[in-house]
Formats: sequence, C-alpha cells, structure tokens
Amino acid sequence: MKTGMNIRSSLRGLRPHASKLKKGIIALSIASAFSVGALANTLKLAYDADPVSLDPHEQLSGATLQYSHMVFDPLVRWTKAHDFEGRLAEKWERVDDKTVRFFLRKGVVFHSGNPFTAKDVAWTFDRLKSSPDFKAIFDPFDKIKVIDDHTIDLVSKDTFPLTLHASTYIFPMDSKFYAGKDDSGADKAELKKHGNTYASRKASGTGPFTIESREQGIKVVFKRFDQYWDKQSPGNVSKIELTPIKEDSTRVLALLSGDVDFIAPVPPNDLDKIRKDKNINLVEMPGTRVITFQLNQKRVKAFADPRVRQAIVHAVNNEGIVKKIMKGFGTVAAQNSPEGYLGYNASLKPRYDLAKAKELMKEAGFENGFSVSMMAPNNRYVNDEKIAQAVASMLAKINIKVSLKTLPKAQYWPEFDKRSADIMMIGWHADTEDSANFAEFLTACPNSEKGLGQYNSGNYCNKKVDELLMQANKETDIKKRSEILQEIEKIQYDDAAFVPLHFQDLAWAARKNVNIEPIVNVMNFPYLGDLVINKK
Amino acid sequence: MALFLLKRLGQGLVVMFIISTIAFAIQDNLGDPLRELVGQAVSEQEREKLRDELGLNDPFLVQYGRFLKNAVQGDLGTSYFFKEPALKVILTKLSATLELVFGATLIIIFLSIPLGVYTAVHPNGFTTKLILGWSILGISIPVFLTAILLVYFFAVTLGWLPSYGRGELVPMFWGWETGYLTLDGLAHLVLPCISLASIMLPLFIRLIRSEMVEVLSAEYIKFAHAKGLSRNRILYIHALKNTLLPVITVGGVQIGNMVAYTILTETVFQWPGMGFLFLEAVTRVDTPLIVAFLIVVGAVFVVVNTLVDLIYGLINPTVRLTRSAQ
Repeated sequence: MKTGMNIRSSLRGLRPHASKLKKGIIALSIASAFSVGALANTLKLAYDADPVSLDPHEQLSGATLQYSHMVFDPLVRWTKAHDFEGRLAEKWERVDDKTVRFFLRKGVVFHSGNPFTAKDVAWTFDRLKSSPDFKAIFDPFDKIKVIDDHTIDLVSKDTFPLTLHASTYIFPMDSKFYAGKDDSGADKAELKKHGNTYASRKASGTGPFTIESREQGIKVVFKRFDQYWDKQSPGNVSKIELTPIKEDSTRVLALLSGDVDFIAPVPPNDLDKIRKDKNINLVEMPGTRVITFQLNQKRVKAFADPRVRQAIVHAVNNEGIVKKIMKGFGTVAAQNSPEGYLGYNASLKPRYDLAKAKELMKEAGFENGFSVSMMAPNNRYVNDEKIAQAVASMLAKINIKVSLKTLPKAQYWPEFDKRSADIMMIGWHADTEDSANFAEFLTACPNSEKGLGQYNSGNYCNKKVDELLMQANKETDIKKRSEILQEIEKIQYDDAAFVPLHFQDLAWAARKNVNIEPIVNVMNFPYLGDLVINKK
Repeated sequence: MALFLLKRLGQGLVVMFIISTIAFAIQDNLGDPLRELVGQAVSEQEREKLRDELGLNDPFLVQYGRFLKNAVQGDLGTSYFFKEPALKVILTKLSATLELVFGATLIIIFLSIPLGVYTAVHPNGFTTKLILGWSILGISIPVFLTAILLVYFFAVTLGWLPSYGRGELVPMFWGWETGYLTLDGLAHLVLPCISLASIMLPLFIRLIRSEMVEVLSAEYIKFAHAKGLSRNRILYIHALKNTLLPVITVGGVQIGNMVAYTILTETVFQWPGMGFLFLEAVTRVDTPLIVAFLIVVGAVFVVVNTLVDLIYGLINPTVRLTRSAQ
C-alpha cells in the first residue's frame, strides 16, 4: 500500500513538468504543420516491414507490392469484390486466344514529368521478364506489341486465361528516367539483387505518391504527386510517413497512444483490446493464405495409403484450432482455394471426426499407429508453432506418435527444400490470385523441369490433377475453367492430398477519422491514394 | 603508456580475428540468406544461380580467405538488405545506440551514487528498505516488460510521452544525428533510457552501498570525523573516491554490455540502433552484417576495457599501467 502511495505522490510531483513538456511538443508540431500548409493531411502509417528496395522488380513480396501501389500504378488492379478495375489501362478486349489488347490512359505523366506511353509498358514488361522473382509470372507471355502510343497487345505463347491477373503486376516504369548511366557508370535500368543499383534508390512512376525521403528500416516519407492523373479519386492524404514497426505490441501501442494513425497487420492477441477502443476503427477480412500440412509419401510408406491420409485429416480438429489457438481470427479450410477464387468448391466441408479417423486407421491396418517426424516454422505464420503442437497432440489420439521440431523461418526453408521431415507445414498465397497456382506449386507431381510441385513435400502425385491443371491453364472460358479447377479441389479432397487447416484472416486498424474500410482488400495492398481522412 | 596502448591494440586485433573466425564458421547454420532475398515462387535453379553470383557456393576456406583479404582493407562485406558496406550501416546505427546508452548512463550515475551512499549511511532506515526492495524488483522484471509497462502507462494511458522512435533529430558531424537538442528528441529518449537503466541501476546502488559500508568503517574515516571535516566532504570526497575502483571495473564492462545488448529495449521502442539492427539481421540471415556486428562489438569491449584501465591510473595513482604491461 505504502509503496503505491509513494509512487503516486512522486508522480504528482512530476505532472506539471511533464505537461509543460507536452505543451512544448504540441507547439512544435503545430508550427511544423503550418509550415506544410494548413490543409495538409498527414498519415502516419506503421507496417511490420518497409520495402526492401525502391525497385519494384527486385523482390516479389507483400511490402514491395504495397509500395508499388503507392508510387506506381498497375495496368489493372483488383477491386474489393475480386474483380478487375482499369488503372493505366482504360479498357481492354480479348483479340484472340493468345492476345489481349489494352487501351492506355492518355494524358498521364510520370513523376519526372515524362509522358506515359505504350513504350514504357513494353520496356517494363521486358524488365519483368528478366527479374528472377517476377519472370515466373510472365513466363507464359511471348511479348508486348506496341500498336500505337496508347495501345498495346499482350501476347501469350499459348492460349492463356490469366492475362488480366498477370497485368495487375505490370506497374509501368518511366523508361526515359531509367535510361543512361548513373554516377558510378552503371546502367540506370540495372536490375540486381543485393546491389546498390540506381533503380533501388530512385523511382519514377505514375502513382499517387512520390518519395520525399527514405531511411531504410526507419522511415519512408511519401508526398502526394500534384499532377496525379486520377482526379476522380477521393483521396485527400497529402503526405504519408511510413515507419516499419516489427514488434507487434509496439505497433499496437503506437496506434493506441496516437503516435501513428494506421497499422497493419494487427496481431490476433490484441484484437480484443482494439475492438474495445472507441477511437479505433478495426477492419477484419478472411484472408487468402492457406495453412496446410503435407504428408510425405516417399518417406513414410503408410502415407501412400489414402485411408491413412484420410484418417489424419479426420483426426485434425481444424475448427478447434481456429477457435482456440487463432481466437477466431481465421477461416476454417477444407481446400486450398479461398472463397471467391474460381476453384473454390462450396460442396467441400471440413471433416473433423475422430471416430471415423480411428476406424480408417483400423481399416488400413495401422490400429496401433506408428511414429513420424514433423517440422514447422516458428516465426513465419500466425501461431505456427502452437498449431503444430496442437496437430501433433491430435494425431496422438489415433496412435500416430509425432516428434515435432520447430525452427525459425530462415532455417526452416532449407529443411523444407531437403524434405527433412515426414510431415511439414506450409502456408501458401497464390501470387496470381488464382486457384491453379496452388496446384502448380503444392500438389502437382514434382517435376523440376516443368517447374511443377516445387513445394510439394508430400510427393502427392495424381496424373488426373496434372492433366486437369494443364487444361485449366489453356481454358479462357471462365465458367469452364472454374469447373475444372473445382474438380481439382474435389479430387484432392477425396485423396486427402494434404491436411488443410485454415486461411489466415487479415486485419487493419486505424484512428476513427481515417476511413480505411473502402481502401483495404483481401490482397493486402491498401490503395492509399484513395484514402480519405475526415476532419476530426 | 604508449607501450601499454600498443599491446592493447595487438590484443584487440587477436580478439577480433578470433571473433571473425567463429562468426564466419557458424554462419552456415544461421539459414539460407537467399530465401530472404527472393519471393516464394522463385525456382531452385534460379536461386542456385544467385547463390553462385554471391559466392555462397565456394568452399569455406575460399570464402573466409576472401573475407579476410577484404577485412584487412577495412571492408567487412556488404549487407544483403541495406546493399551498403556492413561497417557503414553499423556505424550509422551506432550513434542511436550510443545516445541511448549515454542517457541511461546519466540516469545510473546521478541516481546510483546518492542512493548508494544514502543506503550505506542509513542501513536500517525505512527509505533504505524501500530503495533496496525496489531494486530487487528492478533486477527481476525483464526489460521487455518494464518497457511495455512504461509505454502503456506514459504513452497510452497518460499520453505524455511518445511510444516509439527517435523523434526530431538535429544533424551533427560525421553523419551523427542527435536527439538531445530538440524537445521532441528528448521526449523520445525518456522512456527508452529509463527502461535500459532499470536493469543496471539496482546493481550499481547495491555495489556502491556495499563498498561504502566497508569504507565507512575504516580508520581514516573515523579520523576525518574526529578532525571535524564536514559530513558531505567525508562522504562524497574521501569515502566515495575509495569505493570507485570496483564500481568503475563493473561499470566499464556493463557499459560495454549496454552498447552490445540494447537489443530488447531497442526492439520495444523501435529504436533504430545497433541492437535492433542485429536482431533484424539475424531474422533476415544477413550474414555479412552479423559478422561485422560481432566484430564491432568485440572492438567496443576492447576499447572500453582499455579506457577503464586508463581511468584506474587517474583514480588510484598506485596502479601503474606501464609496469603491469612489462
């Protein structure tokens, strides 16, 4: 008791001093606000990471794409309803099975002042094809044909249904700006990982924001581009200060204390606290990253028996995991495709049923179970380690003894490449926002020449799935394609090709007057150019 | 003196050479840096090509030889993430860490000396028990928790102080930017410095107290009292001076520790210093940065220990550096 009183009284002594300090700070910040302009709306933004480079082609990652949507504009972009919306392409039409024609917006200028033309799109396309990270997405394409200054044809090598999907990745760069040599004599257009290239330090796009200053890992300041083409945009943010705050609790406290206006991601453990705060606006959404376990049939003979795989899928209570471990911040999965994707098959339901699982094990002759090893990362997915522990104990109920090892992601991926354990965890988000991508990487028969099944540590292989996948990749009719992709999900479900757990949900939180609801989306690229900050 | 410094320099080089060998030898176990550099869909062949370009496929001795050759010329490698020389990256972050350590050190000096002397002079007083009880609490609560509690209380609930970052900075010389010259910068320093000090402060209070208790029972203090010297003069000039030798020894090591291990404080406060940088480098498997960090920290310890030895001579003239060096 006495200690408490003592602290309180000493705090009382501090108070007048501290409030003076605060007044001083307020006075300072008011002074600086006026110097920018009375109407300026500054957004203080905290993500968990900042872009690794100003070169949008250096690394294919969430942070790079978030950045690309601020400083550049794509030809088309996804809407909230998972549809396409024209940006630098005003409209488009399919000319034939291999060609889609894009009509480019006129009167658009880059940050450097150069006009935006078809040449810039073609230049950007060629550069994408040379990028180690992006070339896989653009591999199906042959070339871009420049028809005139504001018309291009995007031509694929073969019949290709995902031309629009891919063009959400074409963020035209200012080809004149990146021409020539920089101070050190290197080509300005040079694209190099782990190299201090011109493009990694300087940027010129058509996007709503330009870069005012950047200290990597500390702060990036964006300023609204006053010649931005999109006059219809309601966005009224004139300046964005992006601070990466890696530590979850610090990010949340920074929002609660008012030091930042907008944070993402919101850690699941703090959701309740944020929901209760009246000054905070929380937006949640089911995500598209699926979390699964793969059962290695090459390492464990029992896993080659579909009944054993079915037994495991039936023994894993993924609804319980979502409820207890994810605290409701996840969507139970029965397949790879999230709702809204073409391949999403509504008839597939989660199937936790312990009695049936035991029965299946008995049928397969493994009533007494066996021992296996399991590996999972411990800092890659939300609650990854806890989920792995829960699954291991669930499998114990059907007499499968699991020895679990969890590793930091940096060490986990090399082990995953070596297929070091019998059961391995993997989460996947389709870069193309399309169902076929899951099958290509996770469940197709592993084939390094064709680049299939690169992350199929289970060695699941069903020729029918591969066949359907090839069909889907040539089918431009959306309805037919959807049927094929749904059939793939159905086969994988019946084969128990993998153990589906859940989709990680997404959450963003902002101060009440920052209207984030319309600008966030399931891809997690907030369209900050359209963000409206209301007057308090 | 010169001989002593020369010898120290030699020792320092040996220490750093050993650190670099160990750091270099373990780097293969830290993970695959390529994974952090490329997206998920990049094929194994593509990654193998990049690994070749970065020279990661060369045998250990070839890689280490290359590293040593460059290191002798002052080049400790290039950070994968920052794309700049690792040493330069670390030195730009060093100022942030030093400012934090400086603030925490000030708090420790100005609190631990009076509190340590007070508790020694009044061993049974109520305030003494309070101070010592509180210091047990300070030692046992992890910095991480102290920091979060401080932020929650002062930044979120009361809204007096900012919750993260360094605030407004004033550029000085050699790229050094200081937060000590603006009100905003100072406000940002308060909480991180207190959290960093919270672990060390109790240690120093107790150290000064126990040394002081011993000195106060010495004959010469009784003599000083008998001679009629003022109480404060006896306590702070005659007695304190003789307690300082062990305090400086421990202090030197601890300040070195603070520079190297501000990791937790810097992480909670998103303080862009060396500790934070190191943690990030480990999660990103930015091996050149990790190796360079370990070498720089080794250098910091060597320098601090050398300074401590020099200060010994100032405080206690019977300690002769040159003789001990011969």
